[in-house]
Amino acid sequence: MAHPAEVEVLNKALSGIGVDEKSIISILGKSHHEHQRSIRKGCSKFFFEDERQFERWDDTAIKNLKLEFKRFKDAVVYSLMHPWERDARLLKKALKKGPQQYYVIVEIACTRSSDQLLGARKAYHSLYDRSIEEDLAAHVKASERKLLVALVSAYRYEGPKVKEDTAKSEAKALLNAIKNADKRKPIEDEEVITILTTRSKPHLREVYEQYKKISGNTITQDLEAEMFLRETIECLCTPHTYFTKVRSPNFLF
Amino acid sequence: MATLKVPTHVPAPSEDAEQLRKAFEGWGTNEQMIIDILAHRNAAQRNLIRKTYGQTYGEDFLTSLDKELSSDFERAVLLFTLDPAERDAYLANEATKRFPSSNWVIMEIACTRSSHELFNVRKAYHARYKKSLEEDVAHHATGDYRKLLVPLVSAFRYEGDEVNMTLAKSEAKILHDKISHKHYSDEEVIRIVTTRSKAQLNATLNHYNTAFGNAINKDLKADPKDEFLKLLRATIKCLTVPEKYFEKVLRQAINRLGTDEWALTRVVTTRAEVDMVRIKEEYQKRNSVTLEKAVAGDTSGDYERMLLALIGCGDV
Repeated sequence: MAHPAEVEVLNKALSGIGVDEKSIISILGKSHHEHQRSIRKGCSKFFFEDERQFERWDDTAIKNLKLEFKRFKDAVVYSLMHPWERDARLLKKALKKGPQQYYVIVEIACTRSSDQLLGARKAYHSLYDRSIEEDLAAHVKASERKLLVALVSAYRYEGPKVKEDTAKSEAKALLNAIKNADKRKPIEDEEVITILTTRSKPHLREVYEQYKKISGNTITQDLEAEMFLRETIECLCTPHTYFTKVRSPNFLF
Repeated sequence: MATLKVPTHVPAPSEDAEQLRKAFEGWGTNEQMIIDILAHRNAAQRNLIRKTYGQTYGEDFLTSLDKELSSDFERAVLLFTLDPAERDAYLANEATKRFPSSNWVIMEIACTRSSHELFNVRKAYHARYKKSLEEDVAHHATGDYRKLLVPLVSAFRYEGDEVNMTLAKSEAKILHDKISHKHYSDEEVIRIVTTRSKAQLNATLNHYNTAFGNAINKDLKADPKDEFLKLLRATIKCLTVPEKYFEKVLRQAINRLGTDEWALTRVVTTRAEVDMVRIKEEYQKRNSVTLEKAVAGDTSGDYERMLLALIGCGDV
């Protein structure tokens, strides 16, 4: 017969955050027929008697347990993982999951430093025997392709130097592209892509400011309809506003 | 394989620096001394000499060089002294200012360096010019040239030998379709040429040849006057058989009226430590004369001596 204390321990060990493997093993290790039966009767959170008086696992409880064990495994794996590998795996996963998850690609490409992004590209080689840009280019369709491939291929200059004149003319070019959105989608405009994917971040922040002056709105407001471009600019120019938004929480796990 | 000849006992960098300093002193310059030293040191050794020279004499060696020398010889020495990544960054920057005639140089650098080397070039470009290589290329190139060159310089190709034959077949077909319809700067063509690994591209092009009867560059010769097509063919050549590409550049540099020293210097100084042996073989095969003889016949003085030393002539 299982001691009530053991049942208590088991209940605790299996619910809540993480899994207390040691306790579980020490209790279940000595299990025999009657012992198991009394555990089933005692752990009402996990077992119930169905209409045929059969003591069975609750399917939801099994699902939750699976999740708990997985979370623990993921925590172990990811905590030891090199950040470059983590980014490479995230990129691969986002690509696999499709357009709904492409924002992750934008996020990684734009919020990492130039060397961190290079590191992720190196890790991608090691993990998948391909380059990230070849996989992206081959799997992303039409409009977003140019932008996404160029974003992950960037190796932006990281110095503070900014040319105000260039920033002004580029803000104008962006405004024009947005104004002509009905003739050609801004995300497919060569100028737009070149500006956003080759210029340094300090430069782009200057472009952002200049844009405000000539448009009255911020460029993110004017790009309401263009999700990827908007996110690109947010990540590059105003990362704090980007990260305060709530994202799908369990993407990683 | 490199043609650069380095002596078995290399003097200390301080000694070399001292000799180089001496070479500049007094009337004129002792160019032979410069050749004797610099044309017989590898990249790491040259870096040390440059550092030591700078610390000892308070001036970058290249600045002294600029003051004392001129023209083709100086350019050859300058280019060869630079660290390979710096050199490529210098050449690329120079090329962006000479667009469109120097699209070639950008393409050449992007396609014939390894992924790792290309990345070092991009890093060196940041350090030297305070901007990114891709933004300068994008700024100076237009239209189809920009579409091709920006992805080429931004690539970080996978460097392994793995090849996916199914992919090679399907991409050969895509290339063939686009080329038959004369869509030479189509997104798909650019995608394949600028992102696939060199091994994969090779497999694709071999399959193209087998399946469609012509090598891809033959099909790309449809319009001999089209400059973009010329660049695209050269891109493919650089990615698959660079020594043949360089042989052609050298041949054209030497055979034209006068000599294209700009191209000659570039190829010799950038390949002396890489694959000049193979390039020389190609040259001899194609032209029935050794590269040394051709260079000697077409150049003179210190410039000639520098080039010959770099391509492996004479003693160490």
